[in-house]
Amino acid sequence: MRVALPYHLRNLAQVGGEVTIEVTGAVTIRAALDALEACYPMLRGTIRDFDTGKRRAFLRFFVCGEDWSLASPDDPLPEAVAAGREPLLIIGAIAGG
Amino acid sequence: MSGVRVLVGTRKGAFVLSADGKRKDWEVSGPFFAGWEIYHMKGSPVDPNRIYVSQTSGWFGQLIQRSDDGGKTWHQPGVAPGEKAEGGWPPKPSNRFAYDTSAETGKPLTTHQWYDGTQHPWEFKRVWHIEPSVTDPNLVYAGVEDAALFRSTDGGESWHEMSGLRGHGTGPKWQPGAGGMGLHTILIDPTNPDRMFIAISAAGTFRTEDGGQTWKPINKGLVSNFMPDPAAEVGHCVHHVAMHGSRPDVLFMQKHWDVMRSDDAGENWHEVSGNLPTDFGFVIDVHAHEPETLYVVPIKSDSEHFPLDGKLRVYRSRSGGNEWEPLAKGLPEKDCYVNVLRDAMAVDKLDDCGIYFGTTGGQVYASADSGESWNPIVHDLPAVLSVEVQTL
Repeated sequence: MRVALPYHLRNLAQVGGEVTIEVTGAVTIRAALDALEACYPMLRGTIRDFDTGKRRAFLRFFVCGEDWSLASPDDPLPEAVAAGREPLLIIGAIAGG
Repeated sequence: MSGVRVLVGTRKGAFVLSADGKRKDWEVSGPFFAGWEIYHMKGSPVDPNRIYVSQTSGWFGQLIQRSDDGGKTWHQPGVAPGEKAEGGWPPKPSNRFAYDTSAETGKPLTTHQWYDGTQHPWEFKRVWHIEPSVTDPNLVYAGVEDAALFRSTDGGESWHEMSGLRGHGTGPKWQPGAGGMGLHTILIDPTNPDRMFIAISAAGTFRTEDGGQTWKPINKGLVSNFMPDPAAEVGHCVHHVAMHGSRPDVLFMQKHWDVMRSDDAGENWHEVSGNLPTDFGFVIDVHAHEPETLYVVPIKSDSEHFPLDGKLRVYRSRSGGNEWEPLAKGLPEKDCYVNVLRDAMAVDKLDDCGIYFGTTGGQVYASADSGESWNPIVHDLPAVLSVEVQTL
């Protein structure tokens, strides 16, 4: 599946654009982040809390034109995301300049 | 010693300013970690090529960066640049700062006083100050917000709270200052590394004699009128504390208001503000070769964080306090309304001691003659949060 990271996390992971990761089993936000952090360990802790797994407050998850930030991280993502036709967008909230 | 390297943390990245011993021609490198807040960066006294950086963001949290080549390249400890992990997460995440609430360590208190007097949970926000050990480049301490002290023994790859500090009992009386409840000062006695001093806004100053297992508040003599009991054991808004390595029992403090001095390792403090035009401020430092020569930058008040009358001046005392002289040559004489934050002054160890400070207006000023005259190394950086100097 494809994941689009915000600018600073792309720099941190030293990737140019979207990243492609392999998710085994059900494709959920939790599974996507597990796979992402396994491939790019420098991102660990920057998207969700180490211990609780809770999304950091100023980050949002957008999927197929919808806001999934408040959805359960275990909800299955749409087939278009699982198949790689659409990316999971990780977005920095606009919270000041 | 042949040169200096000035490490500058700003609101939008890190910069390294380098010069030879004359300190006239400067090379500026950076921004490193552009767009991130760099609260502090400091080199190891044992290995100057080892530099630690606190990199933070309201969006992405805390990161630790490390250089092993004097700032040419950087990496997160334990994770090589661009590394793809085989088989999952690295075992020692370098940006995990978890408060120790285990029963084994006495279940350190988990609430502190909030601005309105109610109790509030301890929440990690960022690393304010990094202090490498004086004996081991892989041993490093981190002072964090909400106030606590962490230690790494593996070069920053993993961090563990020194829970005796929060656990000693006064935690519910600690409260955040205007900038948050940060542990901002870590001083290690170079003659006895088991003795350390730390300071917290707004809790006060604490000392350990056993390498950080147990701590004692050392605030006798401090008076803070924003508290119900102005002379309380804890709750004081200490802005910064400085020490000369040759006399670790003598401490100098810039408190919220008041410049203070202790001659007995913090057991007792007395005021040495003397003839300062205002004794509010943030920075304080000691000359590298003259233990009785101090520097402060007076700020108008806690309501107006800029210099008096728009004139940026460093004040120097050559008598350990009380008698102060303004140092203005080369500094703005009018229309200057910047601030100088608590970790934004440092001194080098060259024969003619160099003094450095950074401003919220993005200037970094240097004096190569103990403060007699000043020149800006750079004019237009982002707001400066911290300045440290390595004498190479």
